Amino acid sequence: MAEIAHAPEHHPPHGHAEANWFIKYLWSTDHKVIALQYMFTGMFMAMIAGFMAYVFRMQIAYPGMNVPFFGRVSPGAYNALITNHGSIMVFWVAMPVLLAGFGNFLIPLMCGCDDMVFPRINRLSYQIFLLSALILIASWFVPGGGFGGAWTAYPPLSAVGKYNLTPMGSSMWVTAVALEFVAFLLGGINFIVTAMNARAPGMRAFDTPLAVWMIVVASLLFMASVGPLIAGAVMLLFDQNLGTGFYNPARGGDPILWQHLFWFFGHPEVYVVLLPAMGIVAEVITVFARKKMFGYKTVIYTVVATGVLSFFVWAHHQFVAGIDPRMANVFTVTTVIISIPIAEMCFLYIATLYGGSIRFTTPMLWALAFIAEFLIGGVTGIYLGASGADIFFHDTYFVVAHFHYTFYPIAIIGTLAGITFWFPKIFGRMMNETLGKIHFWGTIIPFNFIFIPMFFLGLEGEHRRIYDYTNFPDLANPWAVSMRITSTVALVVMLLFQFVFLFNFIYSWIRGPKAEKNPWRSNTLEWTADSPPPHGNWREMPTVYRGPYEYATPGRDTDYWPQDERA
Amino acid sequence: MSVKTIATQRASMNIPTGRLAVWWVLVSEIVIFGGVLVSYIMHRLGHPEWGEQAAYTNMWLGAFNTLVLLSSSLSAVLAHQAAEQGNGAKAARLLYLTILGGLTFLIVKSFEWTHEIREGFTLQAGGFWSYYYTAAGLHAFHVIAGMCVIAWVANSARKNQELHRVENVGIYWHFVDIVWIFLFPLLYIAK
Repeated sequence: MAEIAHAPEHHPPHGHAEANWFIKYLWSTDHKVIALQYMFTGMFMAMIAGFMAYVFRMQIAYPGMNVPFFGRVSPGAYNALITNHGSIMVFWVAMPVLLAGFGNFLIPLMCGCDDMVFPRINRLSYQIFLLSALILIASWFVPGGGFGGAWTAYPPLSAVGKYNLTPMGSSMWVTAVALEFVAFLLGGINFIVTAMNARAPGMRAFDTPLAVWMIVVASLLFMASVGPLIAGAVMLLFDQNLGTGFYNPARGGDPILWQHLFWFFGHPEVYVVLLPAMGIVAEVITVFARKKMFGYKTVIYTVVATGVLSFFVWAHHQFVAGIDPRMANVFTVTTVIISIPIAEMCFLYIATLYGGSIRFTTPMLWALAFIAEFLIGGVTGIYLGASGADIFFHDTYFVVAHFHYTFYPIAIIGTLAGITFWFPKIFGRMMNETLGKIHFWGTIIPFNFIFIPMFFLGLEGEHRRIYDYTNFPDLANPWAVSMRITSTVALVVMLLFQFVFLFNFIYSWIRGPKAEKNPWRSNTLEWTADSPPPHGNWREMPTVYRGPYEYATPGRDTDYWPQDERA
Repeated sequence: MSVKTIATQRASMNIPTGRLAVWWVLVSEIVIFGGVLVSYIMHRLGHPEWGEQAAYTNMWLGAFNTLVLLSSSLSAVLAHQAAEQGNGAKAARLLYLTILGGLTFLIVKSFEWTHEIREGFTLQAGGFWSYYYTAAGLHAFHVIAGMCVIAWVANSARKNQELHRVENVGIYWHFVDIVWIFLFPLLYIAK
């Protein structure tokens, strides 16, 4: 062990300079290239899922209309669109961008090492992920079309071809999801082992930035929760194709079993994607408030507590599924308890801002918006977590609005905070601040106009799985129609504003002013590497002398104190 | 591809990186098998009549297979010992013996399954049989995967390369054993 720890760390000469394009970008083992592969795949899938949302929202607001760029939406297509929108945003956008994209980019750079501990397994992880995305895309073009049984895939709807009418699409959907899980298990093992074992000399566990901590805890949660669903997915595939009856009560099975397996994974999954976003926000707010993280260790303990608790709340998704009311009581209590650590984290972030010298750069705006919008999602979650209230709210648009107020801040706002913050490091160029702010306001304002009407619609009893509301006189009143149109119009506005981001992204990548090593005056190790970092990240590997958040230390000339600066 | 990254060679936790990773692989495997087994146990408790079906399984062949699999773990341990002493050739020979154990296990299993399927107890024959084939099949899949990895490690150990991997595959193989120790009573003995 000793000779490993003290071996001089020099890079062997790399033969990568003359590698061709294919080797360099598609067959690379470099963590930064793999991070970009994940990010670009995720962004591409996000565009598809955004388009899907546009199509079905148009059908909801203007039933039966000929949707521009799509055509008339049939009931089957509607089901496939909502199912695949949900699946893509959770499994092919939030996971690859937040966990795999930022995880791959940040963990080796923030821990001061040259790559992941298993670079080739890392490459394999992306390749399996890409395969899963291709299978999902292919599933939309098979006979019957894409799977339409909702992203939660409850049997018997998902298990029996003559119910869901998409026998091929549903099997391909399950296969794609299972492969995606395998990809993230391989990636997760890499993340955990790298952060545990490959930290720079001098970097103790409590000197690691919160982004690394959170991505590691998220990977642990994923690893510990996904297994039963992998088993459940195999059982569902058998039910679909081999004639077993795992989820068929007539043959000794139980459809509720799937719900347990799904949500035992599905609830920790919320925290799997939340925590990386929380980590990104922690990095951004400390840099732009020029202040030490308030309660760094408390944040970590809180994250661990959240992780543990997240395994004991899953049945709050099943209050109306016929579970024992006594069990519902238990899960109500655990669900309300889990809001305590999450609230604590939000308070710690707000306390970090208090008294700081705040700079409203684009990443900072995204980070602040994350805290504000996520709080709305969290608070409405308490209504749904109480079993009595949930019986009223279940399957209404209240749930949809709540869910999007948690997931949108995570998958979109958190991601954009991260992309705008690390863009100089990733591409070596600065993004345009004006365009960034236009994009920010053009996204945040419509976002609230999309989902606030849904809370009110849900309170009025609008059911969430209806293709055409004109068939339901109670739901087709003028007020409800105007609400639906408001959120659809807001969605279109928000989607159009994404072109500003797309333009800013591509233009800054090519023409943006060159970024220096550390444009934000940040402490963490990734800012001591070149922008963009070369293969191997540093010519001389860094050594760490202090924690990541030493901002505004009294008695110093500068208001930051990089982790690798000798005391 | 023989160039190792600096990250791979560090050990901040004072645990070799490979061994640490194997333990995390096992954590993820435990929950996969845990999901199948807990589902099976819950359903088995709700369906006492499944016991009659379980009576058709061949407990003695199952017991023989348990013995074979446990013995194959012994040679994996001895291979680790040989690798610690730097004797790669001996470690490789012992690992081949472990593969032989896995192969025996699979051959016995295929005889069992052929017999049961001929009797009409197929995957679709009822709840018990669905779980029986799924759980044991998932386990057999791990046995096959383990044998492939062991063959790969034994091949490099023979040339005295990457001897630390002998211990890592051993840890994985013990896990495959332990899963079987859960499966055997649940699927064969409980009637």
